[in-house]
Amino acid sequence: MLRAQCITAAYGDAQALFGIDFSINAGEIVALIGANGAGKSTFLKTLTGLLPVRSGELEFEGQSLRHLDAGDIVKLGIAMVPEGRRLFPSLTVEENLLMGTLSGRKGSWDLSRVFTLFPILQEKRSMPSTSLSGGQQQMVAIGRALMSNPRLLLCDEISLGLAPVVIREIYAALPAIMEEGMSLLIVEQDVQLAMQASSRVVCLQEGLVSLEGKSSELSRDQISKAYFGI
Amino acid sequence: MTLLTLKNVSKSFGALKVTDGVSLSVTEGEVLGILGPNGAGKTTLFNLISGDLNVDAGEITFDGLLINNSPPFQRCRNGIGRSYQVPQPFGGMSVFENLVTAACFGAQVSEKAAWQIAWDVLEQTGLQKFANQAAGGLTLLNRKRLELARALATQPRLLLLDEIAGGLTEHEAQELVEELKRIKSSGITMIWIEHVVHALLSLADRLLVINFGRTLCEGQPDAVMQDAEVKRVYMGLEV
Repeated sequence: MLRAQCITAAYGDAQALFGIDFSINAGEIVALIGANGAGKSTFLKTLTGLLPVRSGELEFEGQSLRHLDAGDIVKLGIAMVPEGRRLFPSLTVEENLLMGTLSGRKGSWDLSRVFTLFPILQEKRSMPSTSLSGGQQQMVAIGRALMSNPRLLLCDEISLGLAPVVIREIYAALPAIMEEGMSLLIVEQDVQLAMQASSRVVCLQEGLVSLEGKSSELSRDQISKAYFGI
Repeated sequence: MTLLTLKNVSKSFGALKVTDGVSLSVTEGEVLGILGPNGAGKTTLFNLISGDLNVDAGEITFDGLLINNSPPFQRCRNGIGRSYQVPQPFGGMSVFENLVTAACFGAQVSEKAAWQIAWDVLEQTGLQKFANQAAGGLTLLNRKRLELARALATQPRLLLLDEIAGGLTEHEAQELVEELKRIKSSGITMIWIEHVVHALLSLADRLLVINFGRTLCEGQPDAVMQDAEVKRVYMGLEV
């Protein structure tokens, strides 16, 4: 579905990605792990058009993503749940969710399906998004991305700042999202959680892929080495 | 000696009671850890202690003084420093200028002394190489470090830490704990809200668990984590 070949990217003079090779198939859940500064969020930014690719090839369902802006990429079917949720603070829960529909993509995700997935959001649909708890805000961010009816969903640190009980609730919702062959790329700091939720793990270190393998087959030692290079 | 006392403190937002008769006390040099599900009222409790919000009822005493009606800057000058869950730096100022500002206005020292404090804190928190960078351009991790650094630059006696370990790798969280241990050994009292439980447990002397604005459980960390109600409400485990 998505293929990245030797991707490089930089913030001004500071190069952050040094040639990433990556692919994800339809219906697959891949976890992207790595230390802070390894390039995980930067890689997601290149996939969503928020940061231009300097060199390399990036294709989604056969179409090149290079030179497309972020809005066009959402219309192709890639949506992101950004780190820190990034809700529109002046909008209600429902208005935030409806922002996802601006992609214009047709599909089965609408308000009622998001409310079925996260019933608490229906109760709070008219409330300002900022009045919700951290976990509920994360549900809005996920729901907003789903409302664009993506084929590939990118989740950046969705467990950040959440209580264990809330993380369980959010991760429990992932299988329902996956029902229709959507692919999922999750960036997760909690390695154990990432391994449990995914079928394949890709580890980044200093802007390069340092390890890749099936989640069920990688050992803790291999991951530790790929994480820190020691 | 008791440094901070909350007695039957309550706060409502409209019809929603977010803090419901909470009482607690912290002794000098102690680290109190606070746990609770999202929306339980943990950050609100910090806002009430720091003066970002005023209590509807109850009493807050710091160092023997009733501070219910003190504005936030006054509480900071009295010795209550805090970090914010969502970092709030002066984005257009450099990291160094942020720290000098915190020292000048929070610790009320001369500019010269503030420079020295800023250097010391930069070193202590590992932010030296970012000293001249605009705070608004820092990564999330470094903005969180700056939150801790700014609070330290106000020369607090009580440090309120709101989720500073979120997003750190195990190794980075361990480094943070070591840094907090050094801060603790310098005599600073801390209250730490944190979801990264293993980090919290390696430092806290006592734990308080909050749910729906009320105290659910309080006591020795090991005993609290074994409490069936805490396992159910916070960890999501049925026992």
